[in-house]
Amino acid sequence: MTRTPRDLTVMFQGRLQAFRCDLAFTVPGHGVTALTGPSGCGKTTILRAIAGLHRFDNGFCALGDEVWQKPGVFVPPHRRSVGYVFQEPSLLPHLSVRQNLLYGARARAGMPTLEEITSVLGLAGLLHRRPTGLSGGEQQRVAIGRALLAAPAFLLLDEPVSALDRDRKNTVVSFLKRLPIPILYVSHDSDEILEISSEIIRFVDGFVIRAGRSGPDATRICQQPEDRSGHWGERRHG
Amino acid sequence: MQSLPPDIWQAAWLTVRLAATATLFLLAISLPLAHWLARGASLWKDAIFTAVSLPIVLPPSVLGYYLLLLLGPSGPGGWLARVSGAGQTLAFTFWGLVLGSVLYSLPFAVQPIHNAFEAIGPRPLEVAAMLRASPWRAFWTVAVPLAWPGILSGAILGFAHTVGEFGIVLMIGGDIPGRTRVLSVALYDYVENSQWREANIIAEGMVIFSFAIIFLMSLLRRRIGRYR
Repeated sequence: MTRTPRDLTVMFQGRLQAFRCDLAFTVPGHGVTALTGPSGCGKTTILRAIAGLHRFDNGFCALGDEVWQKPGVFVPPHRRSVGYVFQEPSLLPHLSVRQNLLYGARARAGMPTLEEITSVLGLAGLLHRRPTGLSGGEQQRVAIGRALLAAPAFLLLDEPVSALDRDRKNTVVSFLKRLPIPILYVSHDSDEILEISSEIIRFVDGFVIRAGRSGPDATRICQQPEDRSGHWGERRHG
Repeated sequence: MQSLPPDIWQAAWLTVRLAATATLFLLAISLPLAHWLARGASLWKDAIFTAVSLPIVLPPSVLGYYLLLLLGPSGPGGWLARVSGAGQTLAFTFWGLVLGSVLYSLPFAVQPIHNAFEAIGPRPLEVAAMLRASPWRAFWTVAVPLAWPGILSGAILGFAHTVGEFGIVLMIGGDIPGRTRVLSVALYDYVENSQWREANIIAEGMVIFSFAIIFLMSLLRRRIGRYR
């Protein structure tokens, strides 16, 4: 596999409360990579560890040559150029939709502007509303727009379209696919994953069991932990 | 209505000045302290929280006693007074009273603010961090606005509690008109001297003030759940 400068390299080992994990994988520096596995297997924990919101004592995490975590180094979350759409939209309740969108806004070439975000995500009529009055789907769209306007170099999405209706889901998914930044996308909806991702990482109970290209020419890109055969369960051959 | 004796006005003005000054210091200390205490738990934090809460159960005279040692001529306060040319001691001064009031009212300011920060939960601050806000910016633009009813409660309680203190003022303040003679001490004096009319005025004023404060607090408490 050829490494581009913006690959995300992740290695986490150890315990976080009840969650035990031993994994290593690389997320390519372009396109959408899906992260999947049964619920409770630790997908969200891994996203949080990449973002710097959780800390595995034994870990390595780097975006290209920008090292976020290695022994003796832990870059705090706000200094990592990563965007994160949480599973719950988590809008800031004291700010209007517009203020939420602009909270971290910054310009980056190729990234959508407030006008584009507002029109693609259908937020025009909501800008002056408060988050508390919005539906789940509306909140989710604001959360996606807010993360994009902060112009991160890498985007973590945790079930970002789960509350959207089918039409809206399609629009948002194709919009996300066209973004110029790499995305790590957590979902357990296999149709959604096949639709959006060019790469799939699958894990069970904190261990990567398969990482490969989605579609018929799947190749393994990640070493499987050798003594974890009991966890490989649902291994897929493409 | 008969006019108020001037020394009641003097005591009332001093009381307000003391409580307002103490409240400013209380906020400056309580905001960072409560925020720190609300983020994650450790034995160390529990110990600090306990120490801050001590004035709730300690007799004010105990606190006053230690402050007297601290502020008196042979303590660090006496040294500070000599160095700054303020005399021999910080006891029996306005600033001595401010220090005593801040320590004594600290738990009453810290607890509601702590509860408010805790009720926000970690998520809004994580959101701010993911939008690359520094902890400083996240504190002022997310934590404080979301916790403001609790912060206001803390400020009001701290102010009211300072107005209501007695034992500690008597220990470290003495009873110097215009400098350390606050309303609660003045009331005590009037009773000692059988000046019942003046005593009545102060006592009634205090009851009305306390009622208004607690009423205001319960109105505020209703607003705390606003975002949930």
